[in-house]
Amino acid sequence: MADKTAGGQAVAASSSLQQTRRSLLATTTLALLFAPFANVEARTFGGVLPWIPESADPPTPFQPGGWHYFDAREASTMEAIVERLIPGDDLGPGGRDVGCAVFIDRQLAGPYGDSRRLYMRPPFAKAAATLGPQSQDGPAAQYRRGLAAINAYCRTTFANKEFSDLSPAEQDTVLTGLEKGTIALSDGVAGPQFFKLMLQNTKEGFLADPIYGGNRDMAGWVLIGFPGARYDYRDHIEKHNVAYPLPPVGIMGRSSWNQKS
Amino acid sequence: MARKLPRKDVVIIGLGWTGSILANDLTDEGLEVVAIERGPWRDTATDFAPKYAADELRYAVRLDLFLQPAQETFTLRHNESEEARPIRQFASFLPGTGVGGAGVHWNGQTWRFHPDDFVLKTHLTERYGAKFLPPNMTIQDWGVTYEDLEPHYDKFEYLCGTSGEAGNLRGTIQKTGNPFEGARSRDYPTPPQKLNYGPSLFATAARELGHQPFHQPSSNLSQPYTNPYGVTLGECTFCGYCERFGCGNYSKASAQTTILPVLMRKSNFEARTECEVMKINLDSTGKKATGVTYIDASGEEWEQPADLVLTCAFMLDNARLMMLSGIGKIYDPKTREGVIGKNFSYQTMSSVQMFFDDKIFNAFMASGAQGMCVDDFNGDNFDHAPHGFVGGGYLGMVQTNARPIETIYVPPGTPSWGAGWKKAAKVNYNSAIQLTGHGSSYSYDDVFLDLDPTYKDRFGRPLMRITFDLKENELKMSAFLTDRMAEFAKAMNPRQIAKLPRKGPYDVTQYQTTHVCGGVIMGTNPTTSAVNRYLQSWDVSNVFVVGASAFPQNAGYNPTDTVGALTYWASKAIREQYLKAPGPLVQA
Repeated sequence: MADKTAGGQAVAASSSLQQTRRSLLATTTLALLFAPFANVEARTFGGVLPWIPESADPPTPFQPGGWHYFDAREASTMEAIVERLIPGDDLGPGGRDVGCAVFIDRQLAGPYGDSRRLYMRPPFAKAAATLGPQSQDGPAAQYRRGLAAINAYCRTTFANKEFSDLSPAEQDTVLTGLEKGTIALSDGVAGPQFFKLMLQNTKEGFLADPIYGGNRDMAGWVLIGFPGARYDYRDHIEKHNVAYPLPPVGIMGRSSWNQKS
Repeated sequence: MARKLPRKDVVIIGLGWTGSILANDLTDEGLEVVAIERGPWRDTATDFAPKYAADELRYAVRLDLFLQPAQETFTLRHNESEEARPIRQFASFLPGTGVGGAGVHWNGQTWRFHPDDFVLKTHLTERYGAKFLPPNMTIQDWGVTYEDLEPHYDKFEYLCGTSGEAGNLRGTIQKTGNPFEGARSRDYPTPPQKLNYGPSLFATAARELGHQPFHQPSSNLSQPYTNPYGVTLGECTFCGYCERFGCGNYSKASAQTTILPVLMRKSNFEARTECEVMKINLDSTGKKATGVTYIDASGEEWEQPADLVLTCAFMLDNARLMMLSGIGKIYDPKTREGVIGKNFSYQTMSSVQMFFDDKIFNAFMASGAQGMCVDDFNGDNFDHAPHGFVGGGYLGMVQTNARPIETIYVPPGTPSWGAGWKKAAKVNYNSAIQLTGHGSSYSYDDVFLDLDPTYKDRFGRPLMRITFDLKENELKMSAFLTDRMAEFAKAMNPRQIAKLPRKGPYDVTQYQTTHVCGGVIMGTNPTTSAVNRYLQSWDVSNVFVVGASAFPQNAGYNPTDTVGALTYWASKAIREQYLKAPGPLVQA
């Protein structure tokens, strides 16, 4: 049977735990163990289905304007790269115009960039690619070194020009060399790995919800015919071989919904 | 120094599927139960709100709901001569964390294992002879049969409200459903889900080829359903954000949607979240557990005494906790002695992509478990004698989504970037689909788990080390299964197909499945298994270890239904036998 005393004592233990938290933080390095996990707090629940007001965790829409991680040179290099990885053409806008570089900039400025969620304890040793990345650098640091190394290569190879100064054909030659590992980069940057990271992030920016700064006007979704953040297809699931009639929608809706009539 | 809490009757490590089921059953017995969960509290309305749940980047790519490697990871090597490296970011398999565990973000594919799977060693040896098996294959019988588990499969499926069609009802093979399955005592709780175009096209082709295709059993429900606990689930809307996501629609069975609303209201149950168990404590004899020690999110250490310890963590953590607590002997591949960590297994996945000119598939409309399958090439449903391998898998059109960052199929030879990729993405996105083969993974004497000698977690405890690679038997099986899939694909008449059999070496950067199994396996003999047929530790009788960690090898099916059935099976033994006379339920 229910023993309310035991439950009560456990709750008391939990609140005394919260009282001791401040002194613990000041006096023990144990707290550092939890540094990657912001706002984490042990909780005890019992006797009721918990409902914690305002505990939902919606995404934070990106803030337009300026660069949060890239400096001006990195930004112009990145804009040139994303435009070659997904070029604007008669099918629709490319990586630059849909905001892929802005997307990557905001990602690198956030928790993705510094690898705070990943296992980053030493030793960092070389390994077969099938054992997974073993770099000591998070994505943000990899972009800083990688973009600098690409520009250093371009200056040496193309009469002191930066990547963004090259013709589209020259830019494609450099990117192909990175992808295939046929050009050597300075500062120990591994071209194929860095290329793979940039390509993955660029496609993310092209196809992720516009709330993160890329896929502007849902152009990536329009290109392929993906209806986006919809939640109910029951009326269409058995309409076989029939195109879905509605345009894409994002987490924040679509611009036509937000215009005053 | 740990601060000691008041004693409980039962302490449960991990509040996922298995922990929730056991907590609910044992609180019904009047016991005081506490669950210690390393991750956060999660519930539908607050954590999986439809307003923002359809976010591929956040949940499917950045893996927001999963265990973060900073908290815990594993190391990997392909063989004993290689140095293991930590899995610094998860990709191949994705461990869950938090209340509901991996049941929050599963696909809902709810398969029973075949009766042969539970007596695999005996069955294969009798049919083909012992020499037919690779010499270092260490498959075993489970110590429990399909007939033992049938009532418990039934119970788990009726907990979930699983949508499907019986193929074998009390021994009579039906005209629909899986004709190869073991006998069911009754039909599924709800009828099959509606079909999208791709599965429908596959089913037509399969019938033309002479097979009986059937609906994949789905715990994303075809209609509202109220389970025996009185908890109601809603109808799935085919949103396409299932695996890797929480369901905001109450239509995917999880601990949240089936059992927690009842369990959490009980006054004799407590859940402590953001609390990580360090070890199971033993008394001076080493034969009896006294409870667990855990560290809460502020770094404070607590001792929770309890009479009964149920280890219900993710399967790798079940094995690791046994090792860190000194329960049972760790497997040594040199002597082949020891049982903890023995018989790690996985799943051997393959696929065939199909590119059409004249089709609109709308594969973005999907549940995690809709689809049509055939089971003719699974387990021992076909004669293996001419093929030189054992095992198999189901195959079918079971595509769970077409979320575009993860899922744009382009034909082989397409550039991975530039105008060529862009055009191919546009042309093929909505006219290409994929068949999947869900292959078995059998166990070997040199595939195992132990503690890593180098890498530590944030508490300084050794990480679990996985020694695993794909073996020739599994690669041959995958090639065979993929060839069969290609025959179905061609019958669907696409412009082009791409065969993608599983190839070695095992690549931890490629998503395959999260169906890691074994390490604390069940069996009939304490020299070859870690727990008895009731999932009770042979070494410490008041510890039960529940989950896919108990599988001696993995079959060509998704594991959750079998995990659920084993949980109810163990629960029955605890309630009806152990509580009356605590002690070993099977004499060693």
